[in-house]
Amino acid sequence: MAQIEIKNLRKSFKDDAVLKGVSLDVDKGEIVTLFGPSGTGKTVLLRLLAGIHAPDAGTIALRGRDVSGSPPDKRGIGMAFQNFALFPHMTARDNIASALTARKADSAEIARKVGAVAQLLKISHVLDHSPRELSNGQKQRTALARALVADPDILLLDDPLRNVDAKLRYEMRLELPALLKRAGSTVLYVTQDFKEAMALGDRIAVLLDGEIEQCDTPARIYAEPVSIGVARLFGDPTLNLVAVEPRLVDGAPEILVGGATIRLPASYAATAGGSYMLGLRPESLRLVDGPAPGTITVDLVAVTPLNEKSVLLLTMEGGQELLASEAGDRDEPRRTGPAHAAFDKDAVLLFDCASGRRFVPADATGVSK
Amino acid sequence: MDRISFIERALRGVLLALIVLFFLFPIFWILLMSFQTNEQILRIPPSLSFVPTLDNYRALISGHLLTSAGSLDIAFMRNLGNSVLLSTCAVLLALVLGVPAAYAFARFKFWLSEDIAFTLLSFRFAPPLLVLLPLSLYFQDLGLVDTYVGLIWVYQLIALPLILWIVRGYFEDISPDIENAYRIAGHSWLRTFFKIAVPLAGPGIAAAGLLSFIFCWNNFVFALILASADKQPVTVGALAFVTASGIQYGQVAAAIVLSVTPTLLLALYAQRWLVEGLSLGAVKG
Repeated sequence: MAQIEIKNLRKSFKDDAVLKGVSLDVDKGEIVTLFGPSGTGKTVLLRLLAGIHAPDAGTIALRGRDVSGSPPDKRGIGMAFQNFALFPHMTARDNIASALTARKADSAEIARKVGAVAQLLKISHVLDHSPRELSNGQKQRTALARALVADPDILLLDDPLRNVDAKLRYEMRLELPALLKRAGSTVLYVTQDFKEAMALGDRIAVLLDGEIEQCDTPARIYAEPVSIGVARLFGDPTLNLVAVEPRLVDGAPEILVGGATIRLPASYAATAGGSYMLGLRPESLRLVDGPAPGTITVDLVAVTPLNEKSVLLLTMEGGQELLASEAGDRDEPRRTGPAHAAFDKDAVLLFDCASGRRFVPADATGVSK
Repeated sequence: MDRISFIERALRGVLLALIVLFFLFPIFWILLMSFQTNEQILRIPPSLSFVPTLDNYRALISGHLLTSAGSLDIAFMRNLGNSVLLSTCAVLLALVLGVPAAYAFARFKFWLSEDIAFTLLSFRFAPPLLVLLPLSLYFQDLGLVDTYVGLIWVYQLIALPLILWIVRGYFEDISPDIENAYRIAGHSWLRTFFKIAVPLAGPGIAAAGLLSFIFCWNNFVFALILASADKQPVTVGALAFVTASGIQYGQVAAAIVLSVTPTLLLALYAQRWLVEGLSLGAVKG
C-alpha cells in the first residue's frame, strides 16, 4: 500500500486554479521529488498534505488512512520549509526539540534525540544559539533537524536548499540522499533545480500548470519526456527544438534539418505528413569532420568553456541557433567558422506541434510503456 | 575629520540638551512647585531659592486641604487608587479581549472581518462627547452609573481599539509558516497561539498595553460624567483644587507629581520594549 495516496486533488485561491486534479502515489521509503517551475503549485501540494490548507476537491490518504479534515498536528509528518520558519525566540535546541515536546517525551529522551540529530547534521556546536545568530547553512540544517528529530515516517521537504549558498547546496545534495535513506522515511521533496530533482529522487513528479505531467525515474524522464514542456525543464543547456515535417521516402521516414536530409528509424514511419518539433539534447549533437550524408552544415559562432564541458553555439542554414555540448578536454580549442554537425539518431525526440506530446515510436523496446 | 566630527558632536549635544530641556523642564518645575507654598509659587519674579515644605504632600495624603478660607476635605489618595484600579483593570480586560481578537483579524479572513475591525477602530474617531449622552442614559437604565465595572467597560472604548489594531499589525508580521511549523511538530492550535504568536508579538503587546494604559489614565470626560466622587480618578479629582479661595498651585503640583509618577515609572521601565515595539511595527509597515 502506498504511504501517500493523493487522488484528484484540486485547489484554487480566489479565481486562480493552482492544482487542477493531481494524483500521486508514493510508496513507503520512497523519495519522490516534486519538480517544476515556480508557480506550478508544488508548495501548495505540500501544504495540502501537511494540512495547512484544505483541498477544494480530492482526497489525501496517509498510511492508508484518509486524513481529510484532520489538523496539521494530527498528521504525524515532518516538514522543512523553504524559508526555514525557525522559531525566532527559541534556541536551535528548543527549535529542534519542539517536535518531541509535543509528544510529551521526557527530558532525557529529548536531550538524546536532539543530540543525535544535531551530530548527524553537524550543528552540535550551535545548539544554544538563537536562529538570529545562525548562518544560513546552520539555519537550514536546524530546520532539517527539526523535521527529522521525531523520526516521522513521512517527510515533506519544501525546497530546503533554495536559500543556501551554492557550495552548501552542493554539499547537501551529496549528503541528503544518504541522510534520507537512513531515516527510512517516505519523502516528498520539492525543488526547482532539475539537478537536485535528479540527484535525490527515486522518482520525479513533474508538475506543470497544476497537473502532474509525468512521474518516472530520473533516467526515463530525461530520455523519454512525455512532452516538450517536460523535456525543456531538464538539461543544461536545454534541448534544441527544430520544426520538422517528416515524410516517407522509399518507405523510410526522413526529415529535413538545416538543409540536410536525415533518415529516421523505421519506427517513426507513422509521423509522416505531420508537423513535429525535433528535440535534440545538446550532448547528442556533435561536430564531425567534413560533409557526409546525414550531417548538417552549421556555422560555429561561439564556444563557452565550462571546465568539464564546452558549450558550442551553432547556427544552421536559415539562422536558427543550436546548442551543442562536448567534453571540455580537447587539446586544441575549437575555431569558430563553418563546420558540420551530426546527431545520435537513437536520441531523437519528436514532439507533436499541436499537442506538445512526444511521439512514441511503434517498436520501441523496453523504453516506453 | 576630527574637526567635523567635533562640531557634529557639539551640535548634537546642544540639540539633545534643548530637547531634554523642552520636555523635562515642565516636570522639573512642577516638582519644584510641589515643595513650595502658594505664596512662594506666586511671587514675582519667580525664584529658585526657597525652603522646601512637605505641607502639600501632607495635605494630599491626609486628605485635608488647608486653604486661606479654611479646611477642605479632598479624596486625592482615593482618586489615585481609583486611577490605578480603573486603568489597570481596563487594560487587562482589553488585553484579554483584544489580543485573541487581533489574532483572529490577522490570521483569518471571515465574513465581515474587515468591517468589524474597522467599526472597532471607528470608536476612536468619535469624539467622546458624542457618545456620552446616550451612554449615560443607558448606564442609568443598566445601573452601571458610578460603578467600577461601568467605567472599566467604557474605558474599553479607549483601550480595546488601540490594542486590537496595534497588536494585529504585529501578528500579521509573523510569518504564518512559523506557526504552521509548530502545528506540524504536533502542537495544538491553542498552544501555538500562546507559545509562538503571543511571545513573538510580545513587544507589540507591551507597547499597546502601555499606550492604552496612559490613555486610560489620562481620560477625563468619561469619568467626570459617569462616576461620582468616590469612583473618580485623579484627572477628575484634581478639579477639587480649584477652590473658592483660589487655585491651590502647591497642592496641584504635588498631585501632578503623584499622579504622573506611576505612568512615568511604567514608561521608563517598559521604554525598551515600547521603542522597539513601536518602531519595529513602523519599519515593517
